[in-house]
Amino acid sequence: MLLHAQDIHKTFQTADGPFDVLRGISLTLDAGHTLALTGESGSGKSTLLHLVGGLDVPDAGQILLDGVDIAALDDTGRAKVRRGAVGVVFQQFNLIPSLRVVDNIAFQARLAGQYDAAWCAELADRMGLKPQLRKYPEQLSGGQQQRVAIARTLAPRPKLVLADEPTGNLDEATAEVVLSLMLDLVAETQAGLLMVTHSDRLAGRMQRRLHLAKGQVA
Amino acid sequence: MNAKILILMVFPGLATAQGFAGLGTEADGFSIPQPDPVFDFPTDHGPHPDYRIEWWYLTANLQDPDGMPYGLQWTLFRSALAPEDGVGWTAPQVWMGHAAVTTPDAHYVTERLARGGIGQAGVTADPFAAWIDDWQLAGTMDAARMTASGPDFAYDMDLTATGPLIFHGDGGYSVKSASGQASYYYSQPFYEVAGTLILPGGEVEVTGSAWLDREWSSQPLAEDQTGWDWFSLSFADGNKMMGFLLRQADGSAYSSATWIDAESTTAYADGAFAAVPLDWAKVAGRDVPISWQVTLPDRGVDVTVTAIYNDAWMDTSVPYWEGPVTVTGSHKGQGYLEMTGYE
Amino acid sequence: MTGAVFAALLSHWWRNPLQLFTLLAGLALATALWSGVQAVNAEARASYDAAAATLGEGQFDQLLVADGGTIPQASYVALRRAGWLISPVVEGRLNGVRIVGLDPLTAPGGLGPVNLDEGAEIGAFLAADGQVFGPQEALDDLGAIGPAKVISPDVAPGTVITDIGVAQRLLGQENQINRLLIAPEQPLVQRPLQEVAPSLRRQPAQGGSDIARLTDSFHLNLTAFGLLSFAVGIFIVNGAIGLAFEQRRPVVRTLRALGVPLTRLIVLMAVELAVMALVAGAIGVMLGYVIASLLLPDVAATLRGLYGADVAGTLQLRPVWWLSGLAIALGGTALAAGGAFWKLARMPLLAGAAPRALAMAAGRRAVLQGVLAVILLIAALLLGITGTGLLAGFVMLGCLLIGAALALPVVLDRALALFQSRASEVRAAWFWADTRQQLPGLSLALMALLLAMAANVGVSTMVSSFRLTFTGFLDQRLASELYVTASNASEAATLQTYLVPKVDAVLPIQSAEARIAGFPTEVFGARDHATYREGWQFLTAADAPWDVVTAGHGILINEQLARRSGLVVGDVVTLLGRDLTVQATYGDYGNPIGQAIINIALFEALYPEITPLRFGLRMDAAAVPDLVTALGNDLGISADQTINQARIKQFSLDVFDRTFTVTTALNVLTLAVAGFAILMSLLTLAAMRVPQLAPAWAMGMTRTQLGRFELVRAVLLAVLTAVAALPLGLALAWALLAVVNVAAFGWKLPMFLFPLDYLRLLIFALVAAGLAALWPAWRLSRTPPSDLLKVFSNER
Repeated sequence: MLLHAQDIHKTFQTADGPFDVLRGISLTLDAGHTLALTGESGSGKSTLLHLVGGLDVPDAGQILLDGVDIAALDDTGRAKVRRGAVGVVFQQFNLIPSLRVVDNIAFQARLAGQYDAAWCAELADRMGLKPQLRKYPEQLSGGQQQRVAIARTLAPRPKLVLADEPTGNLDEATAEVVLSLMLDLVAETQAGLLMVTHSDRLAGRMQRRLHLAKGQVA
Repeated sequence: MNAKILILMVFPGLATAQGFAGLGTEADGFSIPQPDPVFDFPTDHGPHPDYRIEWWYLTANLQDPDGMPYGLQWTLFRSALAPEDGVGWTAPQVWMGHAAVTTPDAHYVTERLARGGIGQAGVTADPFAAWIDDWQLAGTMDAARMTASGPDFAYDMDLTATGPLIFHGDGGYSVKSASGQASYYYSQPFYEVAGTLILPGGEVEVTGSAWLDREWSSQPLAEDQTGWDWFSLSFADGNKMMGFLLRQADGSAYSSATWIDAESTTAYADGAFAAVPLDWAKVAGRDVPISWQVTLPDRGVDVTVTAIYNDAWMDTSVPYWEGPVTVTGSHKGQGYLEMTGYE
Repeated sequence: MTGAVFAALLSHWWRNPLQLFTLLAGLALATALWSGVQAVNAEARASYDAAAATLGEGQFDQLLVADGGTIPQASYVALRRAGWLISPVVEGRLNGVRIVGLDPLTAPGGLGPVNLDEGAEIGAFLAADGQVFGPQEALDDLGAIGPAKVISPDVAPGTVITDIGVAQRLLGQENQINRLLIAPEQPLVQRPLQEVAPSLRRQPAQGGSDIARLTDSFHLNLTAFGLLSFAVGIFIVNGAIGLAFEQRRPVVRTLRALGVPLTRLIVLMAVELAVMALVAGAIGVMLGYVIASLLLPDVAATLRGLYGADVAGTLQLRPVWWLSGLAIALGGTALAAGGAFWKLARMPLLAGAAPRALAMAAGRRAVLQGVLAVILLIAALLLGITGTGLLAGFVMLGCLLIGAALALPVVLDRALALFQSRASEVRAAWFWADTRQQLPGLSLALMALLLAMAANVGVSTMVSSFRLTFTGFLDQRLASELYVTASNASEAATLQTYLVPKVDAVLPIQSAEARIAGFPTEVFGARDHATYREGWQFLTAADAPWDVVTAGHGILINEQLARRSGLVVGDVVTLLGRDLTVQATYGDYGNPIGQAIINIALFEALYPEITPLRFGLRMDAAAVPDLVTALGNDLGISADQTINQARIKQFSLDVFDRTFTVTTALNVLTLAVAGFAILMSLLTLAAMRVPQLAPAWAMGMTRTQLGRFELVRAVLLAVLTAVAALPLGLALAWALLAVVNVAAFGWKLPMFLFPLDYLRLLIFALVAAGLAALWPAWRLSRTPPSDLLKVFSNER
């Protein structure tokens, strides 16, 4: 099993007091499988994604990634997980503004020491980014930027791909193209994909769906 | 310390035109000239410390052997801070000397200041001597030697009087305004002069005539008077005339004149004498008349008085214009012009 | 509407107190630096002027009684009546206070700092009991006296000025005068001094002025520092205001969209800025006052050393500083805000977030800035080659500094691009790229750092060069171990006979006034001696200058004369009918007029009437004190007729050391301010940094790494800036020494390099930058992940 999260709890301190965003959630995901996380705003789906991606730590519970509990790792350990094992595509601000497209795509793979020039070139080609390689992120359209982000995420060949509303800022037609590209490539690399979305249509293209409400599986 | 402010405070009479009218007109504790004076000579040639201000004022029209005209001024002012004399630094008398030489194309001027009471400056009546530093006018009223020296000029002159003293106004009581301000005022206009000028170009032997004014008062100007124009003219026919205008703030003027001929001296009250500017020049940044139409109809005088050198500006602590003039028109001659209060 | 708009504008500051603090602190520091330097400068000048004016020393020639006694008042009157324009001075101490009595009517310098038109009454001053003018403490120390006391803070400390008559009474020396000041301009005709007052000795104003001239350079030094600190301050203010405007852009857009007229917005923002400038300016003046108070003891010590006169060790907060400080704050703000307002006025109402357009505009600005920098630097170069005069010197300095500052971002960007292209490791490549991206936000602070460092390099180089040159010069000029001055010719003769068997050599020092090539020159006759042959260093020289001079055919001239007359080695000049070939030119630092040296035999032939009164004695330095005592016992030569060379040298070194203390303190201060600018820029940038850093973090870099990179980046930029500052500082020093100094004083100082000093400065700058970056970096490394995640969250 690629991912096994067990009884995850997470509480945030807010101005109105503590807010239990996750209350005992569990989930599993196998390699090469896809899972949609849906729910209302504030249901805790993004937080769950962050925890699974090693971006934040749960207050209680286990997150086994390839059998390693990433919830128990320190900052450095989690950074290592983020570099090599996990790839995240956010809704926005995925790219490093000071680097050109070609360097952005290679960035995470090189950080992780898993750089494969041919694979990066292929990703760029598949994403239709060849004409944009020498440009800076701010010179690209939103759809192009998300394509760069996906290429960058897949460049180190992560076992687990996480996506948080990856097409949320795009119009429908562009979103469809970007999503298809992402699904094809994830399937090709045999990675697991966990995607947060509030769109039923998007969720419907995943193999499984997990609906969250008030921090629990509904 | 600003020397000019000091001088304006010490010499309020001269400063009147510069805006210290209040100081010039009050006479706290000082004696005030009274009508029908009786002069006591030689004592009255000496200082009168109980009056606020006094001067020994000599101007001369000179020529060198080539006939080139020169003007010369030697003046000693006395100003009292209090109506008393004294010995030592505390004596409340202050002295100021002005000396100048004017040529048709240059004007040399210098100034000295001194405290009374220590011997640096003063006047004695008998034997007569008026001095400040190395400058002096000494001898007798009839025959005196006069010296002065500045950074760029010096002179040494012998004076010989060829006529009597002349008393202006009412026997030496000279009224200066309609409200009655007055001074004691007499002159010796009959000096013959011979001596040497030392100028940047070298020494020049000169001869000519000079006019000495003696005047003292405690309240020389009225509050509304802004300055004066003073003329001393010697005509080719031997007659002489002194006339002055005291300009009022409202544009009018108070005039006075004295006509001097071989037989007698005649004083003219306000209105008889008139002087109107004909031409102005920019002098030291201000507009100053350098040509006048001067009239005394009672004597048939209608002359044009023109400065020999326009820039005869006395750039002293209290600045004014003083220089030699030529006279043309109904009478020919020469003389001196003094103008104060031009801003 | 105005109220509502104001509330909206001000709310920005309540929500962003750090920005408000940055703006106020930037303005206050700029003002503080400026007014602090001005205050030190002004106080030093005021004290010097007060001392000089009170003493009348150095300014005017004086007449003194040879034996140091008093002059009868009658002699004064006799001299005046002989045509000498002199003014009496009575001096003495009463209850420890120095009383100076002057005659206001004849004193060539007037009453110095005393202003009679302010509260003083001429009648009261001249007559009756009189008045004394002095600083509060001196008046208090005087105790109960007859004359009225008038506070006059500009009078030298421990001194009161009064009328000469009052001084005579207070000191109980009626009819006695201590010395006579000789007015510079004398009448055409006067009797010879010897004839009128044979017992008086004329002491030239020149006496010992070589060292007094040093203060001029000290002040020039401080003035240059004032200018530079102002420039540093303006950059800080500019940065603070630019950021404030940039960050309120959305507010402005919204307000305009809601119907607020642009002009009203601009007026309100201008008012808001003006109020802030005044508040910050007031704080700055206070700060500057504190800085100046801390520095002043050293300045006071310097001046005390120079003049031996008391200089107030405490500072007075003069109204003029308040005014100039507030004016600088307002002016600086206006200068800095002008551009921002212009941009605001031209901004289209719905200028959306078009980052590329902004980036392109920034690119255009960078190009414009680069072009301007090149123009200014070329202008500086041209002025450096062709310019003459003080104004050209200062304009050149201005062009150089501003040009260099404007060029800095371009230069740094190029350097970083070079590093980026060489970097192969991914983190390094990202680091360089990210640093380049930070550059625009930091460039103003870096410009301030550049100027601060350049000022430090420049001024240290100038002061150190000065010190080196001057001590060398003193060694050369004061080569003799002891100098003795005889009071008259017969004493001189006795002295020579007495000394010859006791010392290695007696070198007469005699001079005459002459005109060489039409310029007033002081001609010296020198004996042929190893002291000269070996000790003198020439700027330019023929093969064997001393041989030709000794033969009576040659003449040596100082740099001032050479510069003014255009004479060079080999030219022939005529001195009293003798043709002499210029054999060499020599440095003559501090001397305002021309000087020349000929052989003693020739001098005696040309000027038979001059008897030497001063002698330099070559002897064993250890025997100097004994000889001074012996001269006193055997010949009645008093100690103040002798000058111990070692003492003078030590004295001048002390003066330099104090100058160093002051300049070092200012150095550290300027750097601290530049460091503050960096800190403020980093803090303001921190908010924008999060979206830039979050992806890198999400992709697996730790926050600690990111924080470390931030720190390294600041230090690295500081290093690069320092590398750029070194040549700029040296150019600055060169301009001060070779252009400004020549224009101001007529002589050129050789420039020396002090690598160790520069290294120390570099370390200072790195420490300043490191300290400035420490907190922002630490904050970054502690950013909660949730803050970083908010960047990506669709719920943000």
